[in-house]
Amino acid sequence: MSGARARVGWVLVALVAAFALAVPYLTSSFYTALVTQLLFFGLLAMSVGLLGGYTGLMPMGYAAIMGIGAYALGYLITRAHAPMGIAIAGAIAIALVVTLAFGLMAIRTSGIFFSMITLAQGMLVWGAAYRWYQVTGAENGLRGIERPFFAVRYYEYYYLVLAVVAASALVLWLIVRSPFGLSLQGIRESESRMRTLGYDVGLHKLIAFEVSGFFAAVSGLLFGWYNNFISPASVGLPSSAEAVFMVILGGAGTLLGPVLGAAVVVFAKNFLSLYLSRWPTIMGLIFILAVLFARDGLVGTGRRVAIAAGGRGNKTTAVE
Amino acid sequence: MSLTTLALHVLNGLTFAALLFLLASGFTLVFGLMRIMNLAHGAFYLVGGYIGLTVLVATGNFVLATLSAGAAIALLGLGAERVLLRRLRGQVLPEVLLTIGLAFVLGDLALAIWGGDPQSVPRPGFLGASLTIADVTYPAFRIVVLGVGIVIGGAIWYLQEGTRIGAIVRAGVDDSETVEALGIDIKRVFTFVFCFGAFLAGLTGMLGGAFLALYPGADFEILTYALVVVIIGGPGSLPGAAVGSVAVGLIDAFGKALAPELTYFTVFLPMALILTWRPHGLFGRLA
Amino acid sequence: MRHIARFLAFPLAAVLAVASCGLPSPGGGVQQPTGPIRIGLLAPITGTTAASGTDMLNGWNLYWKVNGIKIGAREVQTFHEDTGGDPTVALTKARLLIEQRQVHFILGPLLASEGLALADYIKGQGTPWFLPVVSADDLTQRQRIPNMLRVAGWSSSQPHHPFGEYAYEQGYRKIVTICADYAFGHEVCGGFSHTFSDKGGQIVAQLWNPLGTPDFSSYMTQIRGITADAVFALQVGADSPRFVRQWNEFGLKAKFPLLGGEVLLDQSLLRSMGPEAEGLISAGHFAEGRQAKATQEYVDLYLKEYNQLPSYYASALYAAAGWIAKAIQQSGGNVEDPKKLLEAVKSQSLDDSALGPMKLDDYGNPISNTYIRRVERRPDGKLWNVVVKTYEKVSQFWNYKPEDFLKQPVYSRDYQGLKK
Repeated sequence: MSGARARVGWVLVALVAAFALAVPYLTSSFYTALVTQLLFFGLLAMSVGLLGGYTGLMPMGYAAIMGIGAYALGYLITRAHAPMGIAIAGAIAIALVVTLAFGLMAIRTSGIFFSMITLAQGMLVWGAAYRWYQVTGAENGLRGIERPFFAVRYYEYYYLVLAVVAASALVLWLIVRSPFGLSLQGIRESESRMRTLGYDVGLHKLIAFEVSGFFAAVSGLLFGWYNNFISPASVGLPSSAEAVFMVILGGAGTLLGPVLGAAVVVFAKNFLSLYLSRWPTIMGLIFILAVLFARDGLVGTGRRVAIAAGGRGNKTTAVE
Repeated sequence: MSLTTLALHVLNGLTFAALLFLLASGFTLVFGLMRIMNLAHGAFYLVGGYIGLTVLVATGNFVLATLSAGAAIALLGLGAERVLLRRLRGQVLPEVLLTIGLAFVLGDLALAIWGGDPQSVPRPGFLGASLTIADVTYPAFRIVVLGVGIVIGGAIWYLQEGTRIGAIVRAGVDDSETVEALGIDIKRVFTFVFCFGAFLAGLTGMLGGAFLALYPGADFEILTYALVVVIIGGPGSLPGAAVGSVAVGLIDAFGKALAPELTYFTVFLPMALILTWRPHGLFGRLA
Repeated sequence: MRHIARFLAFPLAAVLAVASCGLPSPGGGVQQPTGPIRIGLLAPITGTTAASGTDMLNGWNLYWKVNGIKIGAREVQTFHEDTGGDPTVALTKARLLIEQRQVHFILGPLLASEGLALADYIKGQGTPWFLPVVSADDLTQRQRIPNMLRVAGWSSSQPHHPFGEYAYEQGYRKIVTICADYAFGHEVCGGFSHTFSDKGGQIVAQLWNPLGTPDFSSYMTQIRGITADAVFALQVGADSPRFVRQWNEFGLKAKFPLLGGEVLLDQSLLRSMGPEAEGLISAGHFAEGRQAKATQEYVDLYLKEYNQLPSYYASALYAAAGWIAKAIQQSGGNVEDPKKLLEAVKSQSLDDSALGPMKLDDYGNPISNTYIRRVERRPDGKLWNVVVKTYEKVSQFWNYKPEDFLKQPVYSRDYQGLKK
C-alpha cells in the first residue's frame, strides 16, 4: 500500500471524526438525536454482525439482548434505586449471564436451527417483559431511566454515545482482525474443517456469542438512556428482524456495513413515515429487494463499484 | 374442580389445539422439506381470513369461503415461491428475511384494504349455534374445528405416508439431490409443498377468523403460537405438530384456570425447557 | 488502509445526509402571533391500534371541516404523526413535533404506555400537552404534570365508580370480575370493585386475562362454576368482540347479567359485533345514542362523513378541538405563551358537547357525565349504545375527598379498593 494512499486514508478518518464531533454544532437537537440513534443502533448491528456476519450464526433475537440491558438498567435505577455505577455494572452482568444461558442453548445448533432457537429466546424475553409486572412494568414499561449526571443534555448525551460506540467499534475491529476473529470466519466457512484442525469450535462460538451479547447489552444501556424509557414494544421479533436487516443491508462480514445499514434503517423509519402512510409496506419492499439483489449489502456493492472504477490488481479477500 | 369443569377444560384445550394444529402443520411441512422458516405464515393466515370473510359476505356460503381463502393464499404462495424465494434457494437466512419483508408488506396492505377494526367472521346456520346438553352449553363451531383438524390431519398423514407424491416429499426431506438424480423435478415438489402450506394457512385464517377475530397484529400473534407448537413438537414433523398443539392447547386451558398469573409463561416455559434439553423438539431431527 | 478510507466515505455520506436535513431553515425562528397555529397530533394509524387511532384522526378532522380550518384570524395547521402504538416511536415523533415542527401544543397519543413514555420529555419541554384519550389514572392524580390537561378526556376508573353503585342498586350482591390484566384493566376494574364493595356488595372472584387473549373458553368454564349474581367484564381491542361472542356461545349470556366496562362495548368494537351484543349494559363517559342535540347533531355529521357511527376516540378529539378553539378564541388568539395557553384552556368549559357538559377539576381532569348504556339496534340496522341512566358531574374522585383518595395507592392488580 503506497504512502500517499495511506495518507489519504488517515485524512478521511480525521475528517469523519471531525464531522462526528461537530454534529451538535452543525444541526438541530432533533437531528443530533437521530444521529445518536444511528450510533447505538449501529453498535447493536455490529454486535449482530460479529455473530452473524463473521461467525456465520445469524441470531434472530438480538433486540431482546439489547432489551435485557435496557430493562436491567431500568430496573436497577428506577426500582432498586441503585447508584449509577452499580446500575451499569449490574445491568451488564445480568445481560452477560442471560446471554451465557442463551448461548449454551444455541451453540449446539447452526444454520436455520440456530436462527429458530434465538428467535424463540427472543420471544421468551418479550414474554417476560410483557407479563412480569413487578420487574418490567409489563406493557407500560419502565420510565424515568435517568442518564448519568454528566450526559443529561442532548448534546452531552450525544458525545457520550459517540465515545462509547467509537471505543466499542475499535475493540470489535481489533477482535475481528485478531487470530480469534479469523478463526470465527473459519468456522463460518466450515465448522467441520476447523474441528479437524483442532479448534474447539463450541468454545469459539460461545465466546463469540458472549462478546456479541456484551456489545448488544451496551447498546441497550444507551437505548434505555436515550428514551429514559423501555417497553416490550422494543424487544419483539420486528425489532430483532430490523437488527438483522441492518447487517444484511449494510454488508455482512464487515464492521462498517452494519453501521451503514443502521443509518439507512433509522433514516427510513423516521422519514418514510413522515411522507407515506403506507411506510411499513415500503420498508417491507426494501427488505425484499435488498435481500434479492444486494446480498452483500452496501459495502459489498460499494467494493465492487470501487474495484471496477479504480482498482488495478485489487483482488482483496473479505477481511476488513 | 368438578368433573364437568374438568371435561370442559379438556374440550377447550383440544378444540383450541385443533386450530393450532391446522396452523402449525403448514408451517412445519414447509420447514421440513425446504428448511424455510416462513415468517410470513401469520400474514398468510390473516390475509386468507380477510379474503374468506369477503367471499362469505358476498355469497353466504361458509364452505365456499373457506376453500376460496385456502385457494387464494395458495396462489399467493405460488407467486411468492416462484418469483421471490426460488432465487434464494438454499440460502437459509436470506429466505427468512424475505419472508419477514413479505409479512410486513402483506400486513400493511391488509390494513389498507380491510381497515383496522377487529372483524369477526360470522358463522351462518348451525355453525353459529350452541349445543346444550344438560346444563352445559358449548359452541358447535369449536367441535366443527376439532373435526376439521382431525380430518385434515389424517388427510395430510395419508398424503405423506400413503401416496407417491408423499413418498417423493419424504425422500426430498432426506436427500433432495438423490431425488433429483432420479429424474424428479425437485423444484416442482418444493413449489407444491410451499403452496400446500400456504393453502393450509389461508384455510386456517378463515376458521381462525370465525373462532377468534381478524385484525392488524393477528398475524404476528398467531405466528408466535405456531412457532411455540413447532418448536415443542419438532420442526418438520407432522406428529410433532399434533402433539405440540395438544400440549399447548391443554396447557393454555388449564394454565389459565390453575395458574393465572403465569399465563404466557405457562406456554413459553415448555418451549424453553425443550430448547434447553432437546432443541430439535420432541419429534424433530437436527440434521 | 485504502479500504478504510474508501469505506469511511459511506458513513460520512450517510451522516452528512441525515444531518444536512437538519440545517436550520431560513426564517424558521421567530414566532409571529399572526402566523398559523401549529398543532401536533400523535395517533397511530398502523399497527394493532390502528382502528382507534384512525378514529381519533377522523373526529379531529371532522371538527375543522365543519367549522373551518382556522381559529379567529389564524389558520390551523395540524401535523399528524403515526406512532404505530409503539412508545419509542411516539417519543421520537414527539421530539419531531416539538423540536422540528415547533408546534404550539400537542394532542394525543392513544395508549397509556405511549403517554407515559412521553411524560418526562414533554414535562421537560414545557409544551402544552392535551390528552383526550389517555386515561391512566395517575397522570391527573399522584403523578401530575403541570403542563398537561386532559381536555375532553377521562380517567380509567372515573365512569366505573358510579357503575359499581348502579350494580348494587340493581340488586346484585355477588359479582365476578374478568378484566384485561394490565394497568388500564386494573384501574377500570378497581373503580368498579371499590364502589361496589363500599356499598356492601361482594366481589367473589377476580379473573385476569392477558392482553391479547385469543381463547376465553377457559375463563368461560371457570365463571360457569362460580355462584354470582352478575359478571363485570373489561376487554380491549380485538379481545372485546371475541369475549362478547364467546360469552354468548358458551351460554353465559343467558345465565348471568353482564356489566361491561366502557371499552368493552365502545362503538369502535361494537360496529363489528352482531346480535350477541344486543341488550348488554355498560358504563361510559360517552354514549353515541344519547338523545341530546349536541350529541345527535355530531353523530349525524359523523355518519354522513364516514359512513359509520363515532366511537369515543373520535368524539373525544372532536370535543377537544371545540374546547381548544373556544379557549384560544376567548384569549385573543395567542398561543405563543405556553402558560397563558394552558390557563385559557384550563378555565374553559363546555356547557354541552358530544360527550356532554365538561369542566376541568383542579387536577386537570374533566368533571363530566357518566352514562349507563345499553346496546340497541337502530332502524338502519347498526348497533349503538343508548342511555339508561345519567350520573351528572362525576369527577375522577367520585364522592371521595381528593385528599383521602390520593392517600390510597393507584388501582393495581394488588389494590382494587376492596373492603377487607
